[in-house]
Amino acid sequence: MTNTEHDVSGHAHHELSFIRKWIFSTDHKVIGIQYGLTALLFLLFGFGLMLLMRWQLAYPGDPVPLIGWLFSDEQMPGGVMLPEFYNQLGAMHGTIMVFLGVVPLAVGAFGNYIVPLQIGAPDMAFPKLNMASYWAYFLGGVVMLASFLVPAGAAKAGWTSYPPLADIETMGQTMWLFGMVFLITSSLLGAINFLTTIIQLRTEGMTYMRMPFFTWVQFVTAFLLLLAFPPLEAASVLQLFDRLVGTSFFLPSGLVVSGEVLDVSGGGSPLLWQHLFWFLAHPEVYVLILPAMGIVGEIIANNTRKPLWGYKLMIYSIIFLGFMSFIVWAHHMFITGMGTALSAFFQITTMIISVPSVVLLSGLFLSLWGSSLRFTTPMLFALAFLPMFGIGGLTGLPLGLAPTDIPLHDTMYIIGHFHYLVAPGTILALFGGIYYWFPKVTGRRMNDVLGKIHFWGTFIFMNGIFMPMFIQGLAGVSRRLYDGGATYEFASNVIHYNEFMSISAWLLAVAQLPFIFNFFWSIWKGKETNENPWEATTLEWTATPTPPIPHGNFATTPIVYRDPYEYSVPGEETDFLPQNQP
Amino acid sequence: MLDFLDISKYLGLPTSATAHAPGIDYMMSLVHWLMLVLCVGWGVYFIYVLFRFRQSKNPTASYEGARGKYSKMQEGAVILIESALLVGFAFPLWGQLKNEFPAENTAFEVHIIAEQFTWNIHYPGADGIFGRRDIHLIDLSTNPIGLDETDPAAADDLVMINELHLPVDRDVVINLSSKDVIHSFGVPQFRIKQDVIPGLVIPIWFRPTLEGEFEIACAQLCGISHYRMRGFVTVEPQARVTDWIQQMIDEGAAF
Repeated sequence: MTNTEHDVSGHAHHELSFIRKWIFSTDHKVIGIQYGLTALLFLLFGFGLMLLMRWQLAYPGDPVPLIGWLFSDEQMPGGVMLPEFYNQLGAMHGTIMVFLGVVPLAVGAFGNYIVPLQIGAPDMAFPKLNMASYWAYFLGGVVMLASFLVPAGAAKAGWTSYPPLADIETMGQTMWLFGMVFLITSSLLGAINFLTTIIQLRTEGMTYMRMPFFTWVQFVTAFLLLLAFPPLEAASVLQLFDRLVGTSFFLPSGLVVSGEVLDVSGGGSPLLWQHLFWFLAHPEVYVLILPAMGIVGEIIANNTRKPLWGYKLMIYSIIFLGFMSFIVWAHHMFITGMGTALSAFFQITTMIISVPSVVLLSGLFLSLWGSSLRFTTPMLFALAFLPMFGIGGLTGLPLGLAPTDIPLHDTMYIIGHFHYLVAPGTILALFGGIYYWFPKVTGRRMNDVLGKIHFWGTFIFMNGIFMPMFIQGLAGVSRRLYDGGATYEFASNVIHYNEFMSISAWLLAVAQLPFIFNFFWSIWKGKETNENPWEATTLEWTATPTPPIPHGNFATTPIVYRDPYEYSVPGEETDFLPQNQP
Repeated sequence: MLDFLDISKYLGLPTSATAHAPGIDYMMSLVHWLMLVLCVGWGVYFIYVLFRFRQSKNPTASYEGARGKYSKMQEGAVILIESALLVGFAFPLWGQLKNEFPAENTAFEVHIIAEQFTWNIHYPGADGIFGRRDIHLIDLSTNPIGLDETDPAAADDLVMINELHLPVDRDVVINLSSKDVIHSFGVPQFRIKQDVIPGLVIPIWFRPTLEGEFEIACAQLCGISHYRMRGFVTVEPQARVTDWIQQMIDEGAAF
């Protein structure tokens, strides 16, 4: 099945020093692992910020127990969180989870490691660019973390950084902008690399319509990263100018802050920032969700033992979705005062984009029909993704229609909506991906019992956190409130959910302990696995040893003879036919 | 209009207190019906499949998989319903709020000038004309909106902080502006939410239909005290609104 008979040690590789091998490596697999570990740490850190916030939301004004004393007097005097610190935590939670956690894990880690293996490429097209991309990301992360230490702390104008508030905020906002410049640069380098690799380095026989689903979504995602991120990089630089050299790109004339007329030239537009921001941030939503869908597609095909339903239709849907994602951004801005023509356009495009989304979800659901289901740990995560993504997607409908957006905009309803897509949606899928490809990377399997405990805890508590948000949002409770809405009379009927959600969040943290233990324990002590433990068909399992050969991946270049998911082909001896089997 | 479809009270929406609110609530109900039907449909299918096609029950998978037109029909239905929601509800409702402003001089008019972290409410007084404002006259303790006292139109104007009195059953037009950062004027019971953007004056209109006290909640993060940027709306008969304005002027409660 694999072509290991060749002597790979004679592949003209000298023994590399530790630093070249593990730190400044150009091997896509090592870079993928670097991305993965860094992103997981950031996910944990960003989650930790939220655990602190949830204390303040559940028990406003009570001192934080156990760890409250660790914080400075500018953050939590006497352990009681200040509103300015709460706002820092909120802005940085969003920024870190999106730009330092989920995207680097979904694209930087999974994409980097898996895509070249799945298409039979020896590495990414530009290995040094790949390394530069990781280090730009790393620097961006360092800048973001360091921003907590500057005077008056980190950015506190929300992860959306709307001016004029962001323009007049303290130094943390400048750090945020520099951090974003690094992070977007990293994404750009990565996107160019993915596109070139997938277009140029597919092995013989790997036509576009034989590419695994996961590689396809990475391909479309790379286009989104390439085309959507530069506007925010430009916008960030403009906001930096506003803050540092006195320009007024986003500042209108006649601003009066705290009774003083602001000494700026004016003439700028706060709405310009919102357009530039959402022009990035809506495609960004698909950057968060598509790779997760790709992972789920791989796991479902493998564990249903049958081809994905409507493979071509799903590919076309992904392409269409990617295209449409560029022309829906202003549905985030209905209540800025949008008139009828513009709002009609963006409502129509938003309803249109729901069509391929429904096709994709239906395709994954229908793939289960006629299957022979294996409830492995990765499969549990992939299956749970489907209804969670469904809830997240459906709750987007009333937000995408302007009149129903009025009562729900900027409430907890939208927080519930996008978290269902990104947390119980994407993050569950990413966990599934970790369990699925862990044997490929380490040669060992993660423990199944711990994996299932991790799954059920994560699944239940995530719903415990996010489901009540819909109830609070429908009642009108705004997001980003330091006291969780306690100020308002109309929130009094639903305010008690805050405690329930917070306890769910802390239990969600406890539910991650088996995962963290399992992850490290399995690296060294996990059960050793054979070449293809899941009896999969795609090249990363069938054409290269487990773990793969450093630098070069394949002893002999694989040749592809068939479609990616030839499971349970009638009349065959095994229930899976590898893509490279003649 | 098919009233039984209205499930807004089960959705937990606040009491509706304006003329346009029931329309939004009805549309909200329809959208949630669509969500519910899809969710239950796929949910039942999902659970059935998980039992029906587990490995022990179905050891050999079918290479062909699902057939039939159900999926296409579902797609078609979703497209039809979404189109109906757009054409039948979303466009008309939005058009009504954005384009069908009450005729000049028929509505009760106020200006709201938002700032960190209060709502300054400017009533024109008996003459119905708003006095001139100048940012250079702004003084936080005596003149928060920079009203020009030398303008004759300003003589009977009233400026209050966080206290908005509106007449019931009469169209209301509010001109929203901000001195500093973006705020958002939201009153949940009114089904009204409008970003208040510095540099722009944004008019909104609605017709309160329910007397009572309501809260204005700033819905856009505007700084450290955003969470308590609260105002109060009192909806009462026009005569009492007029009396209250005169009483505030007489008492010197205003700036």
